[in-house]
Amino acid sequence: MEADLELDCRDMRCPLPIITLANAIGDIVVAQTLAVVTNDPAARADVPAWCRMRGHEYLGEDAAQDGIARFVVRRLH
Amino acid sequence: MTNSTGPLPGYLDSASSEPLHPAAREVLLSALDKGFADPLALHGTGRNARLLLDNARSVLAQCLGVREDEVTFTSSGTSAVHLGVLGLLLGRSRVSARLVHSAVEHSAVLQAGAWHAARFGGTTSSVGVSSSGLVSYDGVVDALSSPAGVLAVQSANHEVGTVQPLPGIFDVATSVDVPVFVDFAASAGRFDLPTGWSAAAASAHKWGGPAGVGVLLVRKGSRWRPPFPVDDRVDPRVAGFENVPAALAAAAALQAVLAERASVNARQSELIERIRSSVAASIPDVEVVGEPTERLPHLVAFSCLYVEGEALVTELDRLGFGVASGSACTASALTPSHVLEAMGALTHGNVRVSLTRDTTSDDVDRFLSVLPDVVARLRA
Repeated sequence: MEADLELDCRDMRCPLPIITLANAIGDIVVAQTLAVVTNDPAARADVPAWCRMRGHEYLGEDAAQDGIARFVVRRLH
Repeated sequence: MTNSTGPLPGYLDSASSEPLHPAAREVLLSALDKGFADPLALHGTGRNARLLLDNARSVLAQCLGVREDEVTFTSSGTSAVHLGVLGLLLGRSRVSARLVHSAVEHSAVLQAGAWHAARFGGTTSSVGVSSSGLVSYDGVVDALSSPAGVLAVQSANHEVGTVQPLPGIFDVATSVDVPVFVDFAASAGRFDLPTGWSAAAASAHKWGGPAGVGVLLVRKGSRWRPPFPVDDRVDPRVAGFENVPAALAAAAALQAVLAERASVNARQSELIERIRSSVAASIPDVEVVGEPTERLPHLVAFSCLYVEGEALVTELDRLGFGVASGSACTASALTPSHVLEAMGALTHGNVRVSLTRDTTSDDVDRFLSVLPDVVARLRA
């Protein structure tokens, strides 16, 4: 999936990837997308949960070139 | 400490282990002296132990609305779950080796399924839940539309308190003739177990009995086969020397809990409602998880964005409150709770509060008065 901004959250422990995501959402404009690359096992649940709680759109999961999971989010407001 | 607080004012983790009920303590101390002998021995001391064990079984059967010969004492709730699930699977081996279970079962059920798969080539199917943790009825129908060995479903969830709609699920299983195993550990002593299961399991220390006593129920006429070696002692389903004093204390605790449960359930449920609404109102970016009304009376879980679960538990402990967490950082495997994952709930910053029978209104208010500040400080 294309993303306007990609965050390297490899080897971060929860909730750091989500905190990084929350801090970076202001760096893109509404309707742009942001990808979180992380091997934190909690991110698979927590990125979609963050989107729901903060009112953004969760677009899904794919993998970065090194195989690490990549979670893509669209800023809605 | 004021007189209005209970004996363990900050302990809010009864879903892990309820303090020993005073009625159980009395019985336990007396039975330790009178019930140590071999219940199979032909001498008077042995016969006394056998009387105590038979009495324990009889009281439990009466409390749970089952026959005495349907009750087996095990060495833990986990062991009772393993025996229940695996024994029903063995009884169904000619039909199907597939265990269907809800996605939010206790890990004991999942581990029994994995063990059965590795040893006997069985398979497992997981049925999803709603965002409040309710087992999907359509998911059960779908999973049981192809041959299945056993359906395992809990009476209520141990992490978020959601009470499962068992009667409807039982109807589906009955219509396709699949036996049901019910883990009723979270609700035992609080709610009656609806009928419709072939085997069921619970754990005494969740209702105020001693730890190390599990209860396995096997419905008369069920095709249940012992999955592990048995011996020629008291119970054909389980091997080993019975812990007579603990079994008797477990029965005494359940009897006492049932006698008090109308008032205890009502009091606890109101305190949990207070926590649910106060947490949602006083802490930003928090999600209270689990069913708001179809829930256990004594338990609530919530997740706070941007906070580490371990830090929450540690900081609350420093302030005198003992709570549990389903967050990854609090688990030895560093993976988040499979229950929260299955619900699509936020897994970090998770706290489970579960009240003991002695938790007072003051205890809850003290907890609620420190919590918003703890969360705010950890977020700073």
